[in-house]
Amino acid sequence: MQKISNQRTGAFGEEIVTQYLSANHAEIIERNWRIREGEIDIVALYPNGIFAFVEVKTRSSVAFGHPFEAINRDKARRMQRLALGWLATHGCFGCDYQIDAAAVLIAPDGSHSIEYRANIL
Amino acid sequence: MSLAQTLCVALLGLDGHVVTVEVDIADGLPMYSLLGLPDAALSESRDRVRAAMVNCGESWPNRKVTVSLSPAWLPKSGSSFDVAICIALLSAHESIAPEKIREIVFIGELALDGRIRSVRGVLPSLMAAYKSGVRTAVVPAANFEEASLMQDMEIIPMEHLKKILIWLRTGERDCAEQFDLEWQPTDDRLDFADVAGQMQARLAAEIAATGGHHILLIGPPGTGKTMIAERIPTIMPALDIAQALEVTAVHSLAGTFATRSPTSLIAPIVSPHHTTTRVAMVGGGAHAIKPGACSLAHNGVLFIDEAPECPSGVLDSLRQPLEAGTITIARSIGNVTFPAQFLLVLAANPCPCGKFSGRGRNCTCSSQQVRRYLGKLSGPLMDRIDMRVHLDPVGRLDMARNELGESSALIRQRVIAARAIAATRFKSYGWSLNSQIPSRALRTIFKPEPAAMNFLHEELESEHITARGLHKIARVGWTLADLHGHEAPTLADIKLANSLRSGIEQ
Repeated sequence: MQKISNQRTGAFGEEIVTQYLSANHAEIIERNWRIREGEIDIVALYPNGIFAFVEVKTRSSVAFGHPFEAINRDKARRMQRLALGWLATHGCFGCDYQIDAAAVLIAPDGSHSIEYRANIL
Repeated sequence: MSLAQTLCVALLGLDGHVVTVEVDIADGLPMYSLLGLPDAALSESRDRVRAAMVNCGESWPNRKVTVSLSPAWLPKSGSSFDVAICIALLSAHESIAPEKIREIVFIGELALDGRIRSVRGVLPSLMAAYKSGVRTAVVPAANFEEASLMQDMEIIPMEHLKKILIWLRTGERDCAEQFDLEWQPTDDRLDFADVAGQMQARLAAEIAATGGHHILLIGPPGTGKTMIAERIPTIMPALDIAQALEVTAVHSLAGTFATRSPTSLIAPIVSPHHTTTRVAMVGGGAHAIKPGACSLAHNGVLFIDEAPECPSGVLDSLRQPLEAGTITIARSIGNVTFPAQFLLVLAANPCPCGKFSGRGRNCTCSSQQVRRYLGKLSGPLMDRIDMRVHLDPVGRLDMARNELGESSALIRQRVIAARAIAATRFKSYGWSLNSQIPSRALRTIFKPEPAAMNFLHEELESEHITARGLHKIARVGWTLADLHGHEAPTLADIKLANSLRSGIEQ
């Protein structure tokens, strides 16, 4: 049960970040791109032509620390590899890109807040 | 504004560098990087600072935090940067006005609950800060006593991070109590009146305290060698403020305030055990260079009991500081110079079994053993000892006498008076004790009386004394002249000095 609930929370967070990016004039190219090494939550293209690979962290409490603290050095390096992988498989190798992170906090009453950090590496 | 800076001090030996602690909080994943060559204890500051901040109800910035300690090339060590880093961080986090902390030095280690722990070397740090123009400092409350020696600085003692924050935000703080430098009466248990008999050793101790002449006490066990040595600080004059600052600065680095009050004006006495190592004697250490026994005895007495039992080399390592008055220690992290102007008091048994004195009855040592025993005190070191005094077993007469010997207070009065005479005589020469008279001056301006000089030259010619010995005797002669109220050393003064020096045959 818990597993499904966590997946739902995650999907909800990604949905919110997608809306947030669209509202900020970014084009959503792909969601949940998955290969053996891992998954990219959102691939977006900014109006200035830069690809953004977004990692979304959703939490319903900060009891286990801030969502961003879950992104350690290994995780960041893996995102870098995945981003290059995506660019290579989509024929865009050499394009400008950046890695972003978004934290979504869901309060018990259902309201949520979003924290977005661009270019975290 | 996510940039702030404040000040702290990095110490290498007694030399301090004012360090600017800069904190930048940038967008990015939560990270913490500490720049500026920190050692292990300093790198761990991150976890102490974070826990202390959170436990004081402040929020930790979940962003990319960069802490830079400049100058960046200077290696920094220890936990005394915690408070400065924490305050700069909070200021960069926009919870303290940055202009409030710009010209303040913050020193202290943080406990996880926000209490501020004492650190070593507060006084030398403050001296360095004062030299580079800083006039306000926050120090751990436990270090306030030594910090209050910096009388021209505003010293703010704090025992908790919360109190610092209240002070920086509202300007309110507890009033600090004041410490006065006072001549604290020495331990009553130590007084020269306790010493029975031993007139020659008493005289030698008085001369040593007056002129700063080194002495060797030789005698069988139980004759009072240790008693006399321990009581020498009680007859030395009180330290002046400059001397007290030097002494407390060294003791602050070594962290020895459990045994000595930081505001004490009493000359220190340090008595390392004879198994001590060379590093413990002169100072050293790989990570932080700490002062050794000879620096802790600066402006005081270095007493080594059972001197011939010391491992070879330990006593001889004192030769250089005895000449220079300072000791320079070289390690890979840098060169450090500590002051080391001490009065050396050595005590020794006459032979391994300790009974070779007086008529030498009961001594079980062979003559070769006896000769070898005191031979362990090397010639070059013995040459630097001005007086070698034999103590004989206390006789029946001395113990039976009802009246006590002179008290320390009485002897100290004479010492102070004699030192004053010497100080006025040397006013324009840059030294103040008779033991510091350069040999050239002894042959020109500060010559003993002609008759005394003749005697010395005769002794030199008959090879009873060396040239260095001649000068040493003349210096002790000057101290005797001061004590006896003579204008210059008379023949009697010089003869007494000579007999004190040639106490044992080398």
